[in-house]
Parts: sequence; C-alpha cells; structure tokens
Amino acid sequence: MKRLILTASALLASAAPLQPQTVAITNGIVALGDGSDPMPGGTVVIRNGRVVAAGSGVSVPANAEVIDANGKWVTPGIVAGFSRLGLSEVDLGADGSDDTETRNSPFSAAIDVAPAINPKASTIAVSRADGVTRAVVAPVAGRSIFAGQGAVIDTADDMDAVLRARAFQFVELGEGGADRAGGSRSAAFVLFRNALREARDLGGLRYPIAGRSSAARQADEVPYEERQDPQLLSRDARRTDDVMLTRFDAAALVPVVRGRQLLIVHVERAKDILNVLDLRREFPSLRIALVGATEGWTVADRIAESGVWVIASALNDLPASFEMLAATQSNVGRMRAAGVKVAIGMIDDNDTRYVRNQRQYAGNLVALGKIPGAAGVSWAEAFAMITSKPAEAVGLGGEIGSLARGRRGDVVIWSGDPLELASAPEAVWIDGVRQPLDNHQTKLRDRYRTLERGALPEAYRH
Amino acid sequence: MRVNGGMKSLAAAIIAVAGLTACSTQEKQKPGAIRINKDPFPSTYQPYGGVPTLIRGATILDGEGGRIDNGSILIADGKVQAVGGPEIAAPAGAQVIDAGARYVTPGIIDVHSHLGNYPSPGVQALSDGNEATGPARPEVWAEHSVWPQDPGFSRALANGGVTALQILPGSANLFGGRSVTLKNVPARTVQGMKFPGAPYGLKMACGENPKRVYGSKGQMPQTRMGNIASVRQTWAKAREYDRKWDKYERAGGEIPVRDLGMDTLRGVLDGEIAIHNHCYRADEMAIMIDVAKEFGYKIASFQHGVEAYKIADLMRQNGICGALWADWYGFKMESYDAINENIAYVHNAGACAIVHSDDPNGIQRLNQEAAKAIAAGRRAGIDISEATAWTWLSANPARSLGIFNQTGSLKPGKMADVVLWNGNPFSAYTRPARVWIDGALMYDASNPKLRPVSDFELGQPGEGDVK
Repeated sequence: MKRLILTASALLASAAPLQPQTVAITNGIVALGDGSDPMPGGTVVIRNGRVVAAGSGVSVPANAEVIDANGKWVTPGIVAGFSRLGLSEVDLGADGSDDTETRNSPFSAAIDVAPAINPKASTIAVSRADGVTRAVVAPVAGRSIFAGQGAVIDTADDMDAVLRARAFQFVELGEGGADRAGGSRSAAFVLFRNALREARDLGGLRYPIAGRSSAARQADEVPYEERQDPQLLSRDARRTDDVMLTRFDAAALVPVVRGRQLLIVHVERAKDILNVLDLRREFPSLRIALVGATEGWTVADRIAESGVWVIASALNDLPASFEMLAATQSNVGRMRAAGVKVAIGMIDDNDTRYVRNQRQYAGNLVALGKIPGAAGVSWAEAFAMITSKPAEAVGLGGEIGSLARGRRGDVVIWSGDPLELASAPEAVWIDGVRQPLDNHQTKLRDRYRTLERGALPEAYRH
Repeated sequence: MRVNGGMKSLAAAIIAVAGLTACSTQEKQKPGAIRINKDPFPSTYQPYGGVPTLIRGATILDGEGGRIDNGSILIADGKVQAVGGPEIAAPAGAQVIDAGARYVTPGIIDVHSHLGNYPSPGVQALSDGNEATGPARPEVWAEHSVWPQDPGFSRALANGGVTALQILPGSANLFGGRSVTLKNVPARTVQGMKFPGAPYGLKMACGENPKRVYGSKGQMPQTRMGNIASVRQTWAKAREYDRKWDKYERAGGEIPVRDLGMDTLRGVLDGEIAIHNHCYRADEMAIMIDVAKEFGYKIASFQHGVEAYKIADLMRQNGICGALWADWYGFKMESYDAINENIAYVHNAGACAIVHSDDPNGIQRLNQEAAKAIAAGRRAGIDISEATAWTWLSANPARSLGIFNQTGSLKPGKMADVVLWNGNPFSAYTRPARVWIDGALMYDASNPKLRPVSDFELGQPGEGDVK
C-alpha cells in the first residue's frame, strides 16, 4: 500500500499516470453531492474509473494508492448544468475558433455539437483546474429556434470528451425564439408545432428498409444513444411535398416527439414557461427540461406539478429584458420551496468559459438564507445543484454528479469548502484518472511571477 | 468643487500673468473676456438625513489598509466622526448598533460601470453607451446618457454595497467621451446623483474594439497602428487648441472657435480631467504610456488591464492604477492571457490595483471578486491581508477618480459612506446588512421600506421584492 501525503509536490509528481487506478482518499470532509450533508473523516474509494464507496466507515482496499486528504474537502467534480464549454476558444475576433453558433447552415435540429467539442480547448483545461469535471454543452441557436443537439462531456486531459452525444435537443422559445422565428412568439410556437408534426409524420413512416423489424424492436428496447441514427432513415420513407424542415432536421426531431430524447427549452417569462408546459397536451411524449426560467418562481407550483427539471440561472436579479421583469436571486430558493426540481446552469452567462463560477453562485444562494424575505437553499442542496442535480436533469444521474457507488470516478480534493471563494482544487480525478491542473493561465502565472530582468527574455522561462 | 476651484484659481493666475505681460511689453493686452463654463450641469445632489449612529464591536477595515477588531465607528451629520475601539462613546440620542464582530467597511466604489447608459432592460431604445459614429468623440458626456431609473443602481447598492460609481462611455471609440461619477443614491435627474465636486474623466480605448468598429466600416482605424496614429493626431490638434485658448485667455484677441471635444482634451492637458484608458494588452499599455508622455498628459488608470501583470513595474513607475477583474478571460484575443493572479501581482509590484466590474451583475459582487484575487495571490505565495485588499475596493478607486479627499476610507471628516456586512465580506455567504451614504441609511436588509424601487419597476411583477 502506497501512502502519499497530500502536498503540492506530491500532487505534481503523481499527476502523470493516465490509467484509472485504485485510489483511496482518506480523512476528508466528504460531500457526496446528492444533497446530503458533508461528513468529516470520510473516505472515497475509486477503482476501474468508478466510485466504489464514499463516506464514513469505508474500508481501504489492499492494493489502493492511499491519499490522506488531511481534513480537506473531497467531493464529486462540478457539473456545469448548461454551457457552451469546449465549443469556443475565443469568443470574439478569433476567426475559426468559435463553433457555438451556426448562422448560415441549412440545418438546425440536426446539428450535433459532438464533433465540434475540442477536448484540448484552453477553456476545458481552465475549468478542470477549478474542479469542473463534466459539462452539459448546448449549441447556440442560429437561424432557427432549434439550435440542435447537445452533448454531455468530461473535461479530462484526453481526446474522448464526449460522454453522451445527442443527449438533448435545444430550442429557444422566448424572446430569442421569437426573433429567430420571424419576429413573434406566435411564430415561434407555430414553427415549433409544425416541426414536431413533421417529425411525427416522418417517424410514422417507420423504417421501411431492410432490417426494419430489428430497427423497430430497437426503438423500444435500446437506449436512444445506442440506436440507429434516425437521420439514416431511408429515402424510401416518402414525405409529402408540404414540408418546411429538411429531412435531416425532421429526422432529428423524431426522438424528441417520441420522448426518447430530452428537449431543453430556453424560456424566461412566466407565461412562456406555462406555454411550454402546455405543449405536452399536444405532444404527450415530450420530455422537457427548462433552462433559464428567471420568472419561474411566479409559477413555481405549476412547474412543480409538471415534474419537469429547471436548469436555472442562479443569480439573475435584473430586468435585463422584458421577459425577466420578475428577476430575483430568490428564484431558485422559491422554486425549490415549491417542490420544483432545480439545477444551476449558465445560459447566456459567459457560458463558453465561466462555468467555474457556478461554485460562487451556489455559495451565494446559501447566503440568501440570511436575508430577511429572501429564499436561500442549504449548503447541501446548493452543492447538489452543481453536481448531481444537473446530471439528473439530463438523465445521467446514474452516471455522474455524485459519489454514490458505481458513479464515474470524478473526484476533487479542495483546499477548503468548495462553495467558498478562497477554495481551490488540489487534485482532480476524472473517470478515475488523475488529471493535470496546469494550463495556459498557470504557465503565464509562473512565467511572470517576477518582472526582474533575467539572463534571457521571459520567452525562455518555460 | 475641484472643477470650480480650478477655474477660479486658473482665472486668478491668468490675471496675474496678464498683468506681468502688460508691464513688460508695454502693450495693451488684456485677458479674453469669455470664459468657458466648465460645469454646465452642476451636481444638485443633497445628502439625505441620518441619525447619529455608533456601530461598535465591529471588525473595521478602514479602506486604507487599517483593521480594527472590536472597533467602533461613529457617524453623524453625514460624516465619519470617529473610528477606534470601545472607548468611542455614543452621543445622546445616537442609534447604537452592536455589530457582533460583523465587518464594517467603506462603501465600495466601482470605477467602471455602465449603469444608466447600458441599463436594464437592455433594449435598443436604452442603449446609450457608445457614440460609435467616429473614433474620436471626446465631445460626448456619459451623464447625458445616464437613465437614473436603471434598476441596476439598486442592486449595486443592496447586494453590492456600492456607494459611488463612475459611469464611463463604451469602448468603441479611441476617445469615448467624458465619464461621470455618481453617488449611488436614486434621484429624478442625473444631476441629482452627481458626486459633488468630482472631477471629470475621459474614457479612451485602445486595442480591438476601435479597430473592429471602424475597420469593419472601411474607416480608420482599421489596425492598432491606425489606433495610435488617430490618437496622436487628435492630441496634436488638442495641443493647438489648448495654445489658442491659453493665448486668448492670457492676451485676448479674437475668440477661438469653440469645440466641445477639444474642450475635454484641453481639460486633460490642463490636469483637470483624468484619463481612464480601456486597454488590455501589456504592449499596448506601454505604448499608451509613451503617447501620454509625448503629449503631456497623465493616465489615471488602465481599465481592464488584463495583461497588467506583465508591466506592473511600468504602472508603478508612472503612477497608473489598474482597474481589473479577478478572473475574466479569453472572451477576445486581447484577454487571452488573463491570469487569476493579475490583481495580486499588480498590487505586489507596488502599483495601484482596483477591482472593477464593467458589468451590472459583477458590480453586485466586487467584494467577492477581491476575495478571489486574494486567494489566487496566496496560492502564488503572495499574502495580502483583508484590510489591504479593501484598498482595491474603496481607497484606490477613490484616488483614481479624484475623490479620495471626500470618501474611500473611514477617516474622520470624510463622507459617511459605510457598509455593515452580515459576515465577512470576503465570503460567498455574506451580504450587506446596511448601507449608509453620507450618513443616511439607504439600505437595510431587514426593512423592506429601505429598498429602492426604480420607477421602471413600479407596478411590475416583483416590485419591491428582495432582489
């Protein structure tokens, strides 16, 4: 049994191995991320890339590398609830480095962000260094209300970022949808309904190709992500001439209308939220999650009743637009109090790169508990909103976001309470693999620690 | 005050000089009679009343680097009367607040805000921050764009503990226009918010924004060299204008043609208007320092200064503050080399560091941004105390705005711009409990009546809510 003391140098030295190892992190304040309170004196064991056990009274396997957390915090990695992480290296003026928005494609719903995710993006390395290990990544809507299909990724220092491709379809149905649909919400909703009807009609054509029976069987039994891409529907599946969507776009919406692919809808205004919830009367199979929902608190009981997830902006408190007039930082707390299922995301909040701020936002939600008249959340709940809750919202609660047995081995040792501003990761594992934490920023930090003239220019300090 | 006082003393000096000239040359020269009114939109701000208040048992950060545990502060008549330990007694009739070790600090001053000129809601009709019709627009004044009903002011007060702020024009232009410094007290007019006696600032910008905005129209500047050429040409004209008016004011004669933009630049050359220079990259900041030397003006601050850490020594030598973010990065090329240690490195080099927002959300959390900067510094081996870090939030901003004599620290005689926090303001779990401006209690977390509600929000969903 190797025993390592948690020091900066030990962390650096042990950052090399890239194979999952059996690791036991002992003597930590362990927060599972599932909404339970942190436990002092806890142990976390990961093996073969998965969590074996976490909590108090956990025994250390004989072959494990043992890391003494020295009373520091040990938690699952942060899950960015809604982001554009990995799609953009630089957001403005760096031609070719930004794949967030598709302005001039003939396609919409068929767009799939997976091939655009760059695992070597500096934003991924920077986020990893701050303890973000997973992210929900959505495209930005271009000319259509349908932005396309988002993915769930990890931030590991390897080339396999995508955990789940085509995890959801993303659609704009508030001001942003109105604008893209031609200028009004009315147009956005009719466009949406038309699109789903075209998908339903196309899906109704079944699979009139060889192997149809197996495809049909697949449709019921195999998880969506492992099934045949519906875009591959045969050209023999004839459509009427009276269609607006391309075949690919219509095919991409087949799993949405059938409820096999999550539909994440961006809305902010209370009435828009209710409009979206009402869509299920017409399309009963839709699996919906809301993102944004700044005015959600005003219709919290209706959202709770619907059972849909909300990936909320944590601290929106400005009437930044006419669909956010009721904005308050108490939105999340009030929705929770009403029984809404809430995670935190970063829609339109520097979402290509600042997902690390979710920790601060979660801490700020805890702070509201001390403000008379405000609605805060407990520490455990706030932390779950940036770990297990976003994972559950996109249907991956069984895979990531907590330290429950069998989850991916995404573990962070923090210098202190992860919701506090002074805290930082000291070690990060993703899928059980110890991760490097250096990046463009840390190297600049080291290069410019002193401005004294050296024997050679700064360019030689590396 | 400074602007008026400057005028009077300048006029006195001119008379004296003119007298000498007349004696020595025997010519009948006399000063030009026309004087430009340098304060045509004077502040009408009047402090609101407050009761004498003693806060005791507090952890006081005085904003200049001092810390008093179990401290007391007495505010009355709008001013800080005394700061010290338990020995400070409450005068008769004073309200006494036991802080219970909670923190008391000077109000936060944000030197970079667009509240009012890019207000909420962010609709085109209210988008008044960039006069992007020409790269040199020193004739525009931010105060003529500020909408006093921007709900953002109230959030900055209640959630951010911000008691004063500078509203800057945007950065589309090389010369963006004059800034205005405000008290964060709601008023019907912008004059009613103007910080009495605060000197004007002039927003300048280098780098990507001007060259993108004009280059995309096929106009100059299209490149960074175009930026600098345009800036220098404009300053050369300003010097000429300055000479003409100096001559007129000294010796009379024909009245020079009035140019509002040149008035502003002349104010800079005369040391009455401070330059706040939006600039990200180290190499460009170094060039702007040389431009300032070439034309004889001083840069008060670099705004954003994402690469300030690479030239912190130059900033110290030239007495230039860096108004910086804790951790913004990568949103454009000139912010690609951002590091979390920027503020700590600049401070550690002996230069003046300021935590700024440029954001209606960020302005609500500047104390938290300072906390992140302390932590990043500490991890890099630079230990900066909480008391020292508060200079980034009040004293240094006040100095760069030219209002440090009136506010920015808790010293007797200064404006009682004070925040009582409900914990340690370097924690994510802390918020303002009460905020006083000029001794008047403008926010109290436990009193819904002491939450400002802008006209815009009246009758809307969430009116008067906690925000």
